[in-house]
Amino acid sequence: MSQKSIALYLQLHQPYRVKRYTIFDTAHDHHYFNDDGDADTNNRRVFERVAEKSYRPMLTLLERLSEQQQSFRFTLSVTGVFLEQAEAWAPDVIDTLKRLSASGHVEFLAETYHHSLAFFYSKSEFEKQVNLHREKIFQTFAVIPSVFRNTELAYDDTLAEWAAGHGYRGILAEGWDNVLDWRSPNHLYRASGTDNLALLVKNYKLSDDLAFRFGDKKWTGWPLTAGKYIDWINHSDESAKIINLFMDFETFGEHQWEDTGIFGFFETFVNEWIGTGNNFVSVSDAITDLNQEGELSMPETITWADAERDLSAWNGNALQQEALKYAYALEHEVVQSEDRELIANWRKLLTSDHSYYMATKWHDDGNIHAYFSPYDSPYDAFLSYMNVVRDLRWRVGQHRKVL
Amino acid sequence: MLGWELPPHNSGGLGVACYHLSKSLALQGANIDFVVPYTAEHPGIDFMNIHAVSSLTPLERNDLGVYDSSRTVINRELPDIPGGSKNIRDIQRRYVTYVENFVADQDIDIIHAHDWLTMEAGVRAKELTGSPLIVHVHATEFDRSGELSGNPIVHEIEQTALLMADRIFAVSNITKSIIVHRYGIPAEKVEVVYNGFDPKHFDDGYDYDEFTYRYLESLKEEGYTIVATVTRFTVQKGLTHLMHAAARVLEQYDKVIFLFAGDGEQRNELIDLAARLGISDKVVFTGFVRGKKWRDAYSVADVFVMSSVSEPFGLTALEAAHHGNALVISRQSGVGEVLHSIFRFDFWDANLLADQIIGLATSPALLSEMKRNIQDEYSSLSWSDIALQCINQYKHVRTGIAA
Repeated sequence: MSQKSIALYLQLHQPYRVKRYTIFDTAHDHHYFNDDGDADTNNRRVFERVAEKSYRPMLTLLERLSEQQQSFRFTLSVTGVFLEQAEAWAPDVIDTLKRLSASGHVEFLAETYHHSLAFFYSKSEFEKQVNLHREKIFQTFAVIPSVFRNTELAYDDTLAEWAAGHGYRGILAEGWDNVLDWRSPNHLYRASGTDNLALLVKNYKLSDDLAFRFGDKKWTGWPLTAGKYIDWINHSDESAKIINLFMDFETFGEHQWEDTGIFGFFETFVNEWIGTGNNFVSVSDAITDLNQEGELSMPETITWADAERDLSAWNGNALQQEALKYAYALEHEVVQSEDRELIANWRKLLTSDHSYYMATKWHDDGNIHAYFSPYDSPYDAFLSYMNVVRDLRWRVGQHRKVL
Repeated sequence: MLGWELPPHNSGGLGVACYHLSKSLALQGANIDFVVPYTAEHPGIDFMNIHAVSSLTPLERNDLGVYDSSRTVINRELPDIPGGSKNIRDIQRRYVTYVENFVADQDIDIIHAHDWLTMEAGVRAKELTGSPLIVHVHATEFDRSGELSGNPIVHEIEQTALLMADRIFAVSNITKSIIVHRYGIPAEKVEVVYNGFDPKHFDDGYDYDEFTYRYLESLKEEGYTIVATVTRFTVQKGLTHLMHAAARVLEQYDKVIFLFAGDGEQRNELIDLAARLGISDKVVFTGFVRGKKWRDAYSVADVFVMSSVSEPFGLTALEAAHHGNALVISRQSGVGEVLHSIFRFDFWDANLLADQIIGLATSPALLSEMKRNIQDEYSSLSWSDIALQCINQYKHVRTGIAA
């Protein structure tokens, strides 16, 4: 059996959740993200909890594996709003990330600072957020990312064109069956419409075995051992060159709790995988090492969420469409105000999580939405968000009066 | 007098009407024994004797769902009620027993029972004493259940009591018509006794605080008109029709904000409807409001809409008039029968409602004229006139002369 590579990419992100915010707060209270109570809209509380359950133990494990296994490589994408919160509430997490960065075992990806879907709503805002992110990553880790991933892996051919035009070497996307057709996700592709932009697509079956199914005792694969998982990888596709395991960082310790054995599994898996002559690569290594085997086109937007794999998790219902419409409609006036606080607040509202909380899909994916939502219902998420949008508009109006 | 609630322990308009009616009757010399199902202090009520049927607190009584009679078919378990009472039917049985004992050693001239909750007790008291029974209908089961069929047990209680009553008071011609046509009662047996309005009741040092709805006030400065409805969000209130009318208004003229003050089981449906109509930005939901926020909702508004599908009376319209609103009232709302300087529409006629709102929003002269003229009308609806009307009716039934 030929050597196989795994490109492990983990997403580090936390939104600034909007507190319960009523019309009686509008035009009075301009702090939207400062809930300090017991609710899950208390961002500090959430961040500290996840840091304890996931960020610290998993980063420590990644650091140990990097020391033990010289060839171990992995990829992280870290949003600007994550870094801001980590700086405020868990600076040791930043220190660990910096050490990992200096060790050369980790590659950082480019994305939007605010984890937004701005590409689909405002190209100008999208580019500003990508620039803000590049600056933030450079300031923090002294590296400049060369591979792009868009929020929620939202991808289509126009995004690839944009990335190629802006000098990126590669880009990430979901490896959705409807797009791949007879092709395998386990090869490097060229993004359609570009000269040589490398496209890596997620192996969602193997990724989701860890991200969604690992601890599920009703799953036929349970309990998943490193040996069993390696066996699946080896036998799922004999011709595979690269297995792209893309998932949320919080898979480790938060979505799959420590008591599922996820950490022990991961450590054994990495050691055994490397021990049997295979390797882990960063996405840039993969792009350098592998040939692009054909062109892949995605005219329709594909994401990594829900059964539909489209943007409907964020803009599928009228509440979401309304919220996004009014928020993006403020762009010009907010940016013109040159009020840094106002602009920063507005950008935090563009984080995709806000409209995700407004989803009203009530089948299996609805459960996932509800699991991630700090609100009682999508309607409560919507009302608070709309009242905040009104407050932003009021603040814009105050600027107009001053001028 | 057989009632279910008195201020401040009322969950709706029934308690308010009973309070004012009793007070005015007492001022005319009536000796009143007023029976309520719960035990509580009633500060300021020294004009009659209040009799408590049980040691329930008013809150426990509210939990039984006075207005939502559909709950009575389900034996809702309430574990902590002293005496082992478990649902509203049990409370009603105890109420009947209390009244039976009470009338045994009293000389009763008139039995005056309010709504289905106390009708059985009224009928029993008549059977035991031979005294005339007045059944006072503030709402029928047809009103409470909106477009649904309602609870058959409640219908039966109402039917029996309406047949047994010596005289029936209906709070409007709309209610009289339901009693005549849906319960088959001869029209001559039904007297329309409107509710009154006591502006003094609102003289408690209240001053409108423009900061409560500061965002809306800022829009008013920009020329917006605020259209409010202050109500429970139930099917009976016809709010989806109002929402459709709002969309029609905003197609023609967009400087209108619709303030939906209140809460109820239709909340999510209304939020969703506003979003699907694409008018979320112009529709403000307050959530449940009481006290100052409740009165300020009237005060910030220019126009008050009562869109009820079936409203026996509709006291809130008079409250809105008292706070200076122009009134737009559905033809299916009884309060419209006693007012002239108002717009009326059939609840389903969203086009006409939209027309009327646009008219008010675009014509300052029309708006101020309607605001001013309604002042004279609502303030002349005096409870003492209504008490006189009741006493005349009492006299007629006692002497056996039909009114």
